Amino acid sequence: MTAAQRTTITASVLLTACMLGSALLLRRVDQMRTGATLQDVLYISSPKLLKRVSLGYEGLLADIYWTRAVQYFGRKHMAYSDRYDLLAPLLEITTALDPHLIVAYQFGASFLAPPPPDGAGMPERAIQLVEYGIRNNPDDWKLYYDLGFIYYMDKKDYAGAAAAFDRGSKVPNAHPFMKIMAAQMAQHAGELETARMLWVATYQTTEDRQIRANALSHLRALRVDEEVAMLEKAVAQYGQKTGHLPPSMSALVVAGILPGIPIDPDGHPYKLMPDGHIEVRQPDDFPFTQKGLPPGYKPPATPKLRE
Amino acid sequence: MAALEIIGLEKTYSVGFWRKRSKHALRPLHLAVEEGEIFGFLGPNGAGKTTTLKLLMGLVFPTSGSARILGFEWTDPKVKAQIGFLPEQPYFYDYLTARELLAYYAQLSGVPAKERRRRVDAVLHRVGLPDVGGVQLRKFSKGMLQRVGIAQAILHNPRIVFFDEPMSGLDPMGRREVRDLMEQLKHEGKTVFFSTHVLSDAEALCDRVAIIHQGELRGIGVVADLTSNVHGKVEVVWQGTRVPSSLKALEAECHVTGDTVRAVLPEENQDAAIDALRREHLRLISLIPVRASLEDYFVQKLAPREKVEGVTV
Amino acid sequence: MNARVIHIASNTFREAVRDRVLYNLIAFALLLSGAAILVGQISIEIEKLVVINLGLTAVSLFGVVIAIFIGIGLVSKEIDRRTLYTVLSRPVRRWEFIVGKFLGLAGTLVVNTFFMAMGVFGALLYLAHHFHKADAWVLVALYFIILQFLIICALALLFSSFSSPLLSAVFAFALFVIGSFAEDLRGFATMAQGGSRWLATGAAYLVPNFSALNVISSVAHEQPIPGHLILYNTLYAALYTAMAVCGAVLIFEHRNLK
Repeated sequence: MTAAQRTTITASVLLTACMLGSALLLRRVDQMRTGATLQDVLYISSPKLLKRVSLGYEGLLADIYWTRAVQYFGRKHMAYSDRYDLLAPLLEITTALDPHLIVAYQFGASFLAPPPPDGAGMPERAIQLVEYGIRNNPDDWKLYYDLGFIYYMDKKDYAGAAAAFDRGSKVPNAHPFMKIMAAQMAQHAGELETARMLWVATYQTTEDRQIRANALSHLRALRVDEEVAMLEKAVAQYGQKTGHLPPSMSALVVAGILPGIPIDPDGHPYKLMPDGHIEVRQPDDFPFTQKGLPPGYKPPATPKLRE
Repeated sequence: MAALEIIGLEKTYSVGFWRKRSKHALRPLHLAVEEGEIFGFLGPNGAGKTTTLKLLMGLVFPTSGSARILGFEWTDPKVKAQIGFLPEQPYFYDYLTARELLAYYAQLSGVPAKERRRRVDAVLHRVGLPDVGGVQLRKFSKGMLQRVGIAQAILHNPRIVFFDEPMSGLDPMGRREVRDLMEQLKHEGKTVFFSTHVLSDAEALCDRVAIIHQGELRGIGVVADLTSNVHGKVEVVWQGTRVPSSLKALEAECHVTGDTVRAVLPEENQDAAIDALRREHLRLISLIPVRASLEDYFVQKLAPREKVEGVTV
Repeated sequence: MNARVIHIASNTFREAVRDRVLYNLIAFALLLSGAAILVGQISIEIEKLVVINLGLTAVSLFGVVIAIFIGIGLVSKEIDRRTLYTVLSRPVRRWEFIVGKFLGLAGTLVVNTFFMAMGVFGALLYLAHHFHKADAWVLVALYFIILQFLIICALALLFSSFSSPLLSAVFAFALFVIGSFAEDLRGFATMAQGGSRWLATGAAYLVPNFSALNVISSVAHEQPIPGHLILYNTLYAALYTAMAVCGAVLIFEHRNLK
């Protein structure tokens, strides 16, 4: 082997080793610095200043901040955090840099308003954000929808929600269901069906993966809630008829109370507990469910969102 | 032992945007230089002289072939300490003074720290720059840089030196000095391998020369042999203006100047020509064999294939 | 270490020191630190913040310019001027040349940063009349800045070993900008789908990570820097630099010098 060959081999080996080593170290640094870059957000007193120092590349910077917001929420959510302090400033900076980034407002409505651990629990900031979006994009009916959604779901302010849907229905090219929503608010506020319509609309009007997954989980939860209530009613009916609790689901079918053995959105049959309660087979799969959970059930550290 | 042995060294460059065409900078070259020789490597500009030297110095890599220098494989790092190299039109770190530059090179060549200063001073003196050692090289003229170049090549007392166009940029005095220096190196037992397109330099200095053209070796040998083989003619001069008619048959070229005639004819016809002159009672003035110059050889070797350009004598 | 590497390094350092352009750049950076005092006086209460932010940013930017400026010339200039011929015809290996060149430049950058840092500390002293304990973090920030310079100059060296000086400068500067957003880039990569995800992740990990090396704003807010980060950043910079220098050696080892 010549000296030159030796050098080539040594350098190649060293290069590969260094490349691997640096990638591994980078992972360590990233773990350490979760959110460390984001700390900068706290030092930037005003998004306006940032806009000035971006030297005309606001669009790019907005995309960067948008990614940071999504990453931040995703990471915190995975860790089942109950504090999302930086979500609001990140979204505010993003939208200040690019006021037409509609998905950022939708993200705010979906994750800024709900109480922890599903969101930051800041409905007021969410409303501010979406209103800012409406001022900058008055012709986008989706923003009015997001506003109505926050009022309905998180503020339980049905009048406010009705007003928002009503405003949105007047925008040219608005989806016709905005009018229906406005009417629905007045008559059927608080009903499962209304909530379902809203989540379906959310699911259909966005392409953001996290928002869609969130809406889907809510829809699944609504279905479970509805079906469990229905099944528990059937159990009570059986009790009235026979004087004792049903020994199994099939007893309900035999008694002609149920047309067949019902299954949950995962495809598993619902469980009939000895005390007459109904439970889902995999409670961890239904993070937003109110009913059908074992007594004293604690959600897992990492919530499952379906995509 | 051969000081330098080139075994089929070849260099082909890919040219053009897609590197599809290939250019033969050097066709397979075989050459051996004996120890203690001054060897001239001759050829017009672009003949492949510099390419050969760069291949030998490991600056470019050959397409195929190899070489041995002082018995070592030419890529062997050990051999480098025994080599001195003067590149064509050398240029040096111009922020350094001549002395700093030479000291740096001495370090790189592994000259012991104790000896460095003495060596640098000695070599500066030797190339005729004893007084400008402290001057930054950016203030040096082309000729002075050439001298610095020679100084750095012999600084570490190498056994073989490679000079690429050592006389270029020098005035006649400088050329004389460099010529003397090369002869001194030979007397010190060193091997000198130098390229040039200036034939008179080679003719005066070299034990042997090789002629290269278009990347191809066209001739190699001792200067005297090369030159004597070319013509084999004699020049005959006699008094009068009369040219014997029989001379025409002897392939003589005759020129009449004043009251003498000069005729050049093949060596083998020399006796017949003299007989003819005697018969005509013409008075012979001189009879000299025509010794060809290296230039004649050069022209003869190159001319058949291409017009010679850039050859200065 | 190898004596020839050291000789080449010290000659490189000598070259940089004798280059007048360098002094202009350093003078400019010092001037900017001085200007920070003026700007600081306008923004009352956050003078120190402004001085640290502006001063360190100036050091970082000018240092990067210097690193690229010298880094790209390291090899290409030697080839263009053929000064390399008389070096490589000696018992000097090509890798020794590259490593020596790199070390020389690294030394130059450290000395430069030292002078520029004097400007920042001078400005701080002028403001507060004495040093605060938290000012030690400024030293850490400067250390990280030097690590950035080393990476940048190794990259400039790598690029200049196969491309023209101008292109090398463009590449190196582009990587500096991209590397400053390296963490975001890795964020983008995790959001990508399918095959492009692997590609994006690979690219994101190959880009130099300057995000973690930029602690200017947290230092300006007197936030402590965790010791682990200092350790990891040091190791990372060492590995990345070695990687780039190895790349340069590999390319240079097989290059025909025109």
